[in-house]
Amino acid sequence: METERSAYLDYSATTPVDRRVIDAMMPYWTEGWGNPNSLYRQGRDAFRALEAAREESASGLGAANPTEVIFTGCGTESDNAAVLGIARAGAAKGKGKHVVVSAIEHKGILEPAKLLSKQGFEVTYLKPRQDGIVYPEDLRAAVSDDTVLVSIMHVNNELGTIAPIAELAAVTHEVGGYFHTDAVQSIGKVPFDAAASGVDAASYSAHKIYGPKGVGALYLKRGTPFEPLLIGGGQENKKRSGTQNVAGAVGFAKALELMLVDLPGEAARLTTLRDRVVEGITSSMPNTMVNGTMEAGSHAPHIANVVIKGVEGESMLLQLDNRGIAVSTGSACSSGSLEPSHVLLAIGCPAELAHGSLRISLGRFTTAEEVEYLIEVLPPIVERLRAMSPVYAKMFGDQS
Amino acid sequence: MLYSDKVMDHFNNPRNVGVIEDADGVGEVGNPVCGDIMKITIKVDEGDRLEDIKFQTLGCGAAIATSSIVTELARGMEIHDAAAITKKEVADELGGLPPAKMHCSVLATDGLKVAIDDYLTRHGREPIGGPIQSEDPHFDPHGDAAEEHEEACDL
Repeated sequence: METERSAYLDYSATTPVDRRVIDAMMPYWTEGWGNPNSLYRQGRDAFRALEAAREESASGLGAANPTEVIFTGCGTESDNAAVLGIARAGAAKGKGKHVVVSAIEHKGILEPAKLLSKQGFEVTYLKPRQDGIVYPEDLRAAVSDDTVLVSIMHVNNELGTIAPIAELAAVTHEVGGYFHTDAVQSIGKVPFDAAASGVDAASYSAHKIYGPKGVGALYLKRGTPFEPLLIGGGQENKKRSGTQNVAGAVGFAKALELMLVDLPGEAARLTTLRDRVVEGITSSMPNTMVNGTMEAGSHAPHIANVVIKGVEGESMLLQLDNRGIAVSTGSACSSGSLEPSHVLLAIGCPAELAHGSLRISLGRFTTAEEVEYLIEVLPPIVERLRAMSPVYAKMFGDQS
Repeated sequence: MLYSDKVMDHFNNPRNVGVIEDADGVGEVGNPVCGDIMKITIKVDEGDRLEDIKFQTLGCGAAIATSSIVTELARGMEIHDAAAITKKEVADELGGLPPAKMHCSVLATDGLKVAIDDYLTRHGREPIGGPIQSEDPHFDPHGDAAEEHEEACDL
């Protein structure tokens, strides 16, 4: 076999659990396995661990009070709970029934928004501009006194673009609405302080930050109207019933702590690697394009989205996989739906180009060698696929 | 979603890639907006048999694999028999396709049928005709199963 070289370049899909996170979690499976809602010793021990994790998480997330942090089962649950819970409770309190979400949200936001629109809410899907950024003045034009909730993601999972959250929250508050942000891709990767940013709610996930799958968190600012998704025993301050995942909460807190310690150094290191990915791909092949702004401050360090024109994304992905390289694509074929990535279409990327998009996302264990390996392996793959295409020469001339 | 070993084999080592320059028939189906385009060129002998067949495909793994297998299946066949190859035969020959990818086998059989009709028409003969499924504006390339089998998208 030719090589043991490999490159995992899909950290925005998921991350391996950091050994230190596993070590922090382990005691709550082996010894401290009590139900945190029980009164006896085992329960009290688990309760203390859970509340310590909540306090640490609150501090890391920038919540003013630990009770503002609710542990959930995943980022999608946090998103669902925020959109449905705030819109319904806000409307019940006499706010209007208008909801604004950006057109480039994760499905975890778009699907509950669609559900609301079937239940008497009016939903506006706000488009970002071509650079992938949702502009505050565009939001101002979309909101009204009827707007109960605005949800705009912080770092876009496909593009890596960063929304100006504080300004968007301020615009929302001008009309008396509540503001939620999906911060799943941003937490620990770009600075984000929930209270300081002025948001009313934010969603997080542990498995994007070297924590376990199946654990998320929702920041819910005190006083924000909320109708829980899960009802039952009234755990999590009646906001999320179900016996808490104590080890998971401990893992979330530890993962977050490690991210924040490393943040400035990692941001600089990953920005350098990301720029090399973009430069390496665009300079080694004709007919490529970068999606979303790459401007510092508007683009997260760990994500790059490029289009390789005249090639279909899944075929690139599979060929790269043959060489031990893992990336994502926004092609229709990879999503199993008819359309390519809704995010790329929303920023005006034509469907025929979106089919050829690759998302490369970097993380804690990414090395320069992995990046160079991708840059070395991709061009011959692309050349071969373009040579197999009945239309490449016609569409782009014989430039390769 | 998992591809069978045979799909991966045909994707990684596609058979009969290319263009027959002096082809007797050409079939091109699909469009760039959908992401899949397939071109089949054929050479037909006096006995109406496909003596040569080549393809070019822009598309996903399944699109390339179905193109490849359909050229293998059709080579040497009488043209009317070749035009009757069904999407199910293509999929079965590959050891099955994920439900969301069944449309790729439609594209492959359509491309072949269009190439054969092109040959027949060029010779003033009656084309086989019949619907070209992938060209039908109401054709749902992912079929009824698409919704249920939509892949988890965790970008």
